[in-house]
Amino acid sequence: MKFSGKIWVLTTPEGRLVDDIDTDMIFHNRYLAETDIGKMGQYALDNLEGWEDFANRTRPGDILIAGKNFGAGSSRQQAVDCFRSLKISLLIAESFGAIYKRNAINSAFPILEAPGIGGAGFQTGDVVDVDSETGAIRSERNVLFQGLSFSKVQVDILSADGLFQYAREMEK
Amino acid sequence: MGHTVIEKIFMNHSSDEVKPGHVIWLDIDTRSARDFGGPNVVKRLESVYGEDVQLADPSRTFFTFDCVVPANNIPYANNQQLCRVFARNKGIKVYDVDSGIGSHVAVEKGLCWPGSIYVGTDSHLNILGAVGCFGQGMGDADIAFAFKTGRTWFEVPETIKVEFMGEAYQYPVTAKDLTLWTLRHLGSRGALGCAIEFTGDMIDSLSMHERITLSSMVTEMGGIIGFIQPSEEILAHFRKVTGNENVSMPLADHDAEYKRVEQIDISDLKPQIACPPKPDNVMDVKEAVGGQVDAVFIGSCTNGRVEDFHAAARIFSRYPVHEGVMVKAVPATKGVFGQLLADGTISTLYNAGVIISNPGCGGCASGQIGMTGKGEVQISTSNRNFRGKQGDGDTYLASPVVAAVCAVTGRITDPVAFLEEEERR
Repeated sequence: MKFSGKIWVLTTPEGRLVDDIDTDMIFHNRYLAETDIGKMGQYALDNLEGWEDFANRTRPGDILIAGKNFGAGSSRQQAVDCFRSLKISLLIAESFGAIYKRNAINSAFPILEAPGIGGAGFQTGDVVDVDSETGAIRSERNVLFQGLSFSKVQVDILSADGLFQYAREMEK
Repeated sequence: MGHTVIEKIFMNHSSDEVKPGHVIWLDIDTRSARDFGGPNVVKRLESVYGEDVQLADPSRTFFTFDCVVPANNIPYANNQQLCRVFARNKGIKVYDVDSGIGSHVAVEKGLCWPGSIYVGTDSHLNILGAVGCFGQGMGDADIAFAFKTGRTWFEVPETIKVEFMGEAYQYPVTAKDLTLWTLRHLGSRGALGCAIEFTGDMIDSLSMHERITLSSMVTEMGGIIGFIQPSEEILAHFRKVTGNENVSMPLADHDAEYKRVEQIDISDLKPQIACPPKPDNVMDVKEAVGGQVDAVFIGSCTNGRVEDFHAAARIFSRYPVHEGVMVKAVPATKGVFGQLLADGTISTLYNAGVIISNPGCGGCASGQIGMTGKGEVQISTSNRNFRGKQGDGDTYLASPVVAAVCAVTGRITDPVAFLEEEERR
């Protein structure tokens, strides 16, 4: 699959990529009663210092870049669904928390691992092209970084549009 | 290149190439859901597939109620009943509220066996590594999928080999001290995302309950699972309960590739204690002595076996519970409770002043046998001491022997010093 969009690089005020962004920073537990995915987007990242107004600034199709262990913590599905709600097209991180990774893949939300991307020189506002088959990430300013390609299981579930739809296809 | 234990178990359950970092499809031997997570599994299956949903293999699918048993609130009672009705309609066996901790029931009844794969909604299911089974806790979507298809996907983890060096420990030092000592060495992220193979001469001599204690805290080390090569005694148990004479766990190849090898020296191991609020905040008990103890909990999936209560009863048979200390005991399963009744241990605990509850996850989950209040200090044989997990108070993690000695003195006490002093009297 090919992705193209404007990027948001989740950095500290000093410009360092933020590691260990946990599920409470992504989707705080005070909103857990929310079950309507259409309403989840407004809360995305509003508990991450410096990124409280992210939901108002992002546009459908945007791509996010984050640091190590993104999505650590609880198993809440809303921490994935809030980005689906905002129509974020792709989430790139140095690495993901294990449960977050499963939740994202199972719900057919595209995530890509790119260990070391923090030092590559991508900046918020750049437009990048990503090829999930090769893992190549290239910006219009010609910054190039090699991430990891999607796994086969991830592609299978993505093309079926979710784990349960994939189960239906397995039965055919 | 050779393969590790987890790679070999996966190779026996997958047609994909098994290599660390690869995501593969696994055929599962057994899947289960608890009263926690179970209702969500049922609702998800019914919403996606309708009420007439067909499951891959009801005979290899189970419910194990252990969280709030018997239900002490209406939402849980409704949830359990929802699972029972679903199970009845689908021909699924329920280990109901009288059974005890699901992972322990799986070991006792042979729902799992060395070399098998077992997934469910309990995040401590990796405890099954103690008997050479790949056990894994997952969310309700994953388990609903496993109920429906009999499959799951998994990223093949790298393996860390932990070699224990030195002589086996002696009473009053126990497997819990070995476990906390290991956690002290590895830290809470020491095995992050990795499988562990526990090895070393002394490992072979460990009996089932000691292995369970060690493997039960791999989660607290950040690990996926910790495998121990089953002894003949353990293989014999599973051959008997499963009726399968060929049960065995695949062994690691001599040229298997490990992420790293950790050597941990256990000679001169002392009783250990994990101070609040983190399980890896471990020190020798003798460095932590003196503070008042208000409550003691003996049980959990980490220390709820017959031998764990025997270890505590060695203290309680000679000394009563200290005035004002609330001591709570919860056997892991109905089977454990039955043995403790038959051999007189329950009487010993009762006569010493211990509160005894029915089997289950009572000490950790939902306060079934009480929680601690702000400022209350509890010594617990469980596996997590995070703030709020067992109440608002401060929880220390320790062995059943340490817990029992603290119960009779009312203070955090080193059992070595306590027993030496008692000898002299």
